[in-house]
Amino acid sequence: MAKSGSSVVVVGGGVTGLSAAWWLARSGVEVTVLEKGIVGFEASGRNGGGCTHYQSPLFHEEQRLWPQMDELLGYPTEHRSGRIVFQVDERKANFHEGLAMRIPAGYAWEVLDGKQVRERVPLAGDNAISGVQLHFGGHANPQRTSQAYAWAAQDHGARIRQHVAVRGFEMAGGRVSAVETSQGRFGCDALVIAAGPQTGQLAAMLGHHLPMAPARAEMIVTEPLPLMPMGGVDGHGLYGRQTLRGNLAYGGGPHEWYDDIALESPPPRPSGSVLRGLAKRVAELLPRAAHARVIRSWAGVIENTPDGRPVIERLSSPDNVTLATMSSVGFGLSPASGHAIRDLVVDGVCSFADLSKLSLARFAELSPDWRRELNWLPPETAAASQGASR
Amino acid sequence: MKLTLPAPDRFSIAGKTATPDERAEIVVIGAGPAGCAAAIEAAKAGAQVVLIDENPVAPGLIGMDVPLQYGGRATPAVQTPERLVERVLEANPALGEAFELGVDVRLSTYAWGAWVNGPGLRGLATGIIGLADETRSWTLGFDRLILATGARDLNLSFAGSDQPGVMGAQALHALIARYGAFAGRRLAILGTGSLALDAAELALAHGLEVAALVEAREAGVGDPARLAALAAQGVEIIAGHVPLAAEGGPDGVTGLVLANIAAPERHRHIDCDTVCLAIGAVPVIELFDVLGAKRTLVTERGGHVPVVGADGGTSLAEVFAAGDCTGLGSDAVEAGGAAARAALRSLGRPAEAELPRLVPPGPDALAYQLDWARALLSTGGPEVLACICEDVTRGELLAVQPPRYLGWSSNAIARRDLGTLAEDGPLDQDQIKRLTRACMGACQARRCREQVALMMALGAGVPAQSIPLAGYRAPVRPLPLSVLADADEPAAMAENWNVWFGIVTQWISYDDIGTEREAEQLRAGMPY
Repeated sequence: MAKSGSSVVVVGGGVTGLSAAWWLARSGVEVTVLEKGIVGFEASGRNGGGCTHYQSPLFHEEQRLWPQMDELLGYPTEHRSGRIVFQVDERKANFHEGLAMRIPAGYAWEVLDGKQVRERVPLAGDNAISGVQLHFGGHANPQRTSQAYAWAAQDHGARIRQHVAVRGFEMAGGRVSAVETSQGRFGCDALVIAAGPQTGQLAAMLGHHLPMAPARAEMIVTEPLPLMPMGGVDGHGLYGRQTLRGNLAYGGGPHEWYDDIALESPPPRPSGSVLRGLAKRVAELLPRAAHARVIRSWAGVIENTPDGRPVIERLSSPDNVTLATMSSVGFGLSPASGHAIRDLVVDGVCSFADLSKLSLARFAELSPDWRRELNWLPPETAAASQGASR
Repeated sequence: MKLTLPAPDRFSIAGKTATPDERAEIVVIGAGPAGCAAAIEAAKAGAQVVLIDENPVAPGLIGMDVPLQYGGRATPAVQTPERLVERVLEANPALGEAFELGVDVRLSTYAWGAWVNGPGLRGLATGIIGLADETRSWTLGFDRLILATGARDLNLSFAGSDQPGVMGAQALHALIARYGAFAGRRLAILGTGSLALDAAELALAHGLEVAALVEAREAGVGDPARLAALAAQGVEIIAGHVPLAAEGGPDGVTGLVLANIAAPERHRHIDCDTVCLAIGAVPVIELFDVLGAKRTLVTERGGHVPVVGADGGTSLAEVFAAGDCTGLGSDAVEAGGAAARAALRSLGRPAEAELPRLVPPGPDALAYQLDWARALLSTGGPEVLACICEDVTRGELLAVQPPRYLGWSSNAIARRDLGTLAEDGPLDQDQIKRLTRACMGACQARRCREQVALMMALGAGVPAQSIPLAGYRAPVRPLPLSVLADADEPAAMAENWNVWFGIVTQWISYDDIGTEREAEQLRAGMPY
């Protein structure tokens, strides 16, 4: 077990790795983060910023921590509490019944009719038919939060090494003793791999099969609009928020599966294939914002495991390695996932939640052909498929 | 534990990419000299050609300084773009020739995105351009694309430069020569290179007054004979000075205060209603960047430009380029013709491989811009806005401060600045953008992208060449949600749209995994 004064290398400078580094550093552990690019520059800094994940075993800790994060980190995260989800499609009018099955006891929420939605969401229109207001959860600014973790970890003595690509691991006595990188060798007593879509390739270097598939998803952002009383507003097939600056930032809709992506360079992330579908839905969700100009779109690449659930696990062999993939839902849970990783590295067990169902062991019997069976493959080009049929 | 897997994915992009609304063999974007030459050459060879140009743009966009920095000095004539079309045709006879040759000419049409099949876009069967007018958007498929998107204005700000009357040299040229719609009378022009000389000569030829050319360097940098000719016409050449502040009233600029760089307490005053920024022009490479074409920094050609072969070919087989967007100072007409011939050849049509003549590179534009930025920073100080839309001062940028509206201050953040950030690795403008919000505004960073990069280099003491370009993303024009909205969305998209990946097992409450409640939730499907 890593003790105070021993050294931990965290591979991956996304929110999960950075939060873990921050938790470790504030526990007195010497920690170094290795990031192939810039901290928070991939999906960690390019997401909807939601902090409302009641499906997760980390949910209670997520909810406990977010309201304190600005103070704990010493840097702003732009966290705001609460969320309204509403619908404009008659077929989804009773969506709250599905939520009722899922939201744990002890968290307050209420069902809204269309009129109540309009009262609370000034940009909503006559088409709003029903909604819910959650008196928990919330949203934050992903890029600002990623940088906040990095800076706060540094303030506790962590080293953040950017533009360092991992190439292999050195073993001694059945444990990982060093990380080989593009910038030389980093010795370690314990290792955390929290490298998003690259986590599977890195785990494979240690002889573990962590099945995952990367994909690209898109968001759009408008020019700033007057602030609504509550920014955490979405629904109608969209996730996102009004930022504290006033921009509407929303994502949703089709993703594009990738073949595996490079270990050392940023993945390609063109945006635009869902842009018009997003614009249509934002204008439908918030008709009083239909005039707002779209000024950017962006894409991020995220990984999913076959069941879409995280793997957060201290391995039994090598027993000084902790693996973490959040399976495409990492940002909001990051205060808690970092805490869990810190516990696994330092104490061998998570102090606040059972994580046993997130073990890698569940994939032991997975079909080798799982990506094809789940239809998680890159699209064939029409031209290529025409060629094939000729 | 038993593994529960979701149903096969029906929510991915596969099969949801719509057929383009229309198709063309060759699409040319930009109807300036290079674009018109390309369209004419391609049409003469019998190709089916669509020529797109956004001008005249809507009055609202002129007000937003899109695509050029009009600086509020357009006359009310620009309120009726239909009437400007006549002026556009008069000013550009090549457009008429293209039309006569059967080119499908589309004016006042925005090209806001372009994509080809490639990494991350494997489902595209054809190259696609996103187009829009004032009321709707649509897509145009192409076999070959020729980008001739020209250059835009370089803005360097100073106190008061965010008021009407501070404009760019390209915008001045457009308002005077293209539209006859310039509202100013008396100009101060910043810069003494060929761009500034052109602006001064154009203004004088149209009966306007040019009070002075202002130069940050110790002497004028342009052709001495032309500078002397301007001086002989009463234009003062004021070297070793930069603007300290633009003075203004309700109608904008009324005068310009200059600071002597060597002795900043010594000021000069110029009466003028317009300050024309003619320090540099910026190749318009937005669509290249959206397409994912390789680019490079060529300071002798104006800055970041696509990697282009002698025949105009880019790193993308379907995309060609010509004119100022490939680097300032080429022979646009020759380059347009060559790009069209290369595009034709790549389509298997006969065309000669006659290359445009090489034009020698110009002076180091980045070094010149950096001299200006350094002098503006040292004389004007940290209070001047580096980003107008987002209200970010130079000081806030250099200190990497979170935006003022967060009302945040802490000892921790006070210890951070560009210098400490540079210790963690090379500075990146996209990172600074997200932390400070500089370049995140509604102008899509047309007014600040270059000066923020220059300020970053100065603030961190690193070479300006080392600052990577802040990337461009679609839509490259600020268009309303209602315009961009896809009115004819494919049914496959509408029926299989999910808020995230649609992996139903992902959203089962953890405690319910492996219980009867899991099965119940799987049966119910996604809540929304």
